[in-house]
Amino acid sequence: MAAVPHPPAGYDVARIRGDFPVLARRVHGHPLAYLDNAASAQQPAAVIEAVAGHARAHHANVHRGVHTLSQEATALYEGARERVRGFLNAASVAEIVFVRGTTEAINLVAQSFARPRLQPGDEILVTWLEHHSNIVPWQLLCAQTGAVLRAAPIDRRGVVDPDAWRALLGPRTRLVALAHVSNALGTVLPLARMIGEARARGIATVVDGAQAVPHLPVDVRALGCDFYAFSGHKMYAPTGIGALYAREALLASMPPWQGGGDMILTVSFAGSTWNHLPHRFEAGTPNVGGAVGLAAAIDYLEGVGLARIAAHEHGLLAHATEALAAIPRLTIVGAAPEKTSLVSFTVEGLHPHDLGTVLDARGIAVRTGHHCAMPVMEFFGVPATTRASFALYNTRAEIDALAAGVRDAIRMLG
Amino acid sequence: MDLADLYRDVIVDHNRRPRNAGRLDCPTHQAEGNNPLCGDRLRLFVDLQDDRIRELRFENAGCAISTASASLMSEAVKGRSRAEVRALFESVHRMLTQPGAAPEAALGKLAALAGVREYPARVKCASLCWHTLNAALAGSPGAVTTE
Repeated sequence: MAAVPHPPAGYDVARIRGDFPVLARRVHGHPLAYLDNAASAQQPAAVIEAVAGHARAHHANVHRGVHTLSQEATALYEGARERVRGFLNAASVAEIVFVRGTTEAINLVAQSFARPRLQPGDEILVTWLEHHSNIVPWQLLCAQTGAVLRAAPIDRRGVVDPDAWRALLGPRTRLVALAHVSNALGTVLPLARMIGEARARGIATVVDGAQAVPHLPVDVRALGCDFYAFSGHKMYAPTGIGALYAREALLASMPPWQGGGDMILTVSFAGSTWNHLPHRFEAGTPNVGGAVGLAAAIDYLEGVGLARIAAHEHGLLAHATEALAAIPRLTIVGAAPEKTSLVSFTVEGLHPHDLGTVLDARGIAVRTGHHCAMPVMEFFGVPATTRASFALYNTRAEIDALAAGVRDAIRMLG
Repeated sequence: MDLADLYRDVIVDHNRRPRNAGRLDCPTHQAEGNNPLCGDRLRLFVDLQDDRIRELRFENAGCAISTASASLMSEAVKGRSRAEVRALFESVHRMLTQPGAAPEAALGKLAALAGVREYPARVKCASLCWHTLNAALAGSPGAVTTE
């Protein structure tokens, strides 16, 4: 990271902060330092305005009416789908299914793609780094099918052991599900290699991209994955909208997941016929405003530039790692050579919830707890950590305030 | 928001040096409590003789509020009957949840937890030990949870 200039040339963090209305507010008398971006990122005015503008001028149901508003809403919604296609470099909009978020996307893949294909004794392989939403849908599926869930181990740095992972790719492995980036530790997984190894054995691949999309350029065709899921609210869009990329040949082979309006061509009591891709997987009136907001967030991210964002955030990561590691009795959890911009840590004698409360009183928002990754906590033998996660609008001054707050909490309670 | 009102000296002291930490060899009653959201875990061991708590010990992994609350509770309930413990639990509950209520005199040192009320996310840290004690005295072997 030392080679990355910080801030990157021409990266005007003050101007970027001005794009995010919430960053102007104060919390308990202090300027807000929002360092909980891995849980949910804030929205720029461009996204807020896009959603409001849709509601003000274009709101109607989609794919239904001949009237002007319905046609405008449909054009906005399908335009957002094209925007997501470009963002992921998918081959076709038929491969982009709008969902509530990553969790719903993974459940869709489990129930519609995997369930009809699994026999008792078949295996699903995940890693110890996964978020609960990339564990529990597979556990439910195993209970339904008699398949077996296996988890590839990690090392003390928080890196998946490549040999152990490869050894678990067995003759019964039907599907591997991988985080692109660990939400608890920030580890970036070597996806291209792992997906290549799975595909060479004819195993389907599912990627949980929730923590990757705000930080790394994603190209699903270069990765070679069969499914890629992400949520809008981690990448500056509203909650309740996300997308699933699904390879078209697989999507075409999958039965509908939920039934209802919009996913059918014809309905009669003699039987119904299913709509074309991807609408077959979008039963009911979709989150049109959310999709519009997601498209605006993609515009915003690409306007700033993902490479420049990554350079800025790596500078923040290096600064935070140095500032926190210098604090006595503080241990950073997760030291993968390739990480996104978050630091998970524990302090001897100071519980994360007390630290979180002390920091909140200074206007600093961090996540404390198990981060919906209890196996990661179990592996490191801690009940919880404190996690500071950075975004394109964070500054070194906020990280300095975090470090000062941690030192104060130790003085007060340690 | 004044942190000193949450982390009063009594609470900091009981967190640093919990009273009655440990276990009893032959408890008449015991129970486990979990706060799944926080990962707080508590195990209570009670020696109840003639309907009065003769001895109480606890093992826990949790934040300063939950540790101090268990420690303060362990002192407050010793020698008390089940009915007295129930009345005390109700006073603690009112203190933690009712806005503006002045802590009742019966609470004694437990009144140090009054500041928790201003931190809704932390109320269950303070109440976990009391729910666990209730379960122990009721003879419920299963773990109680705050969720």
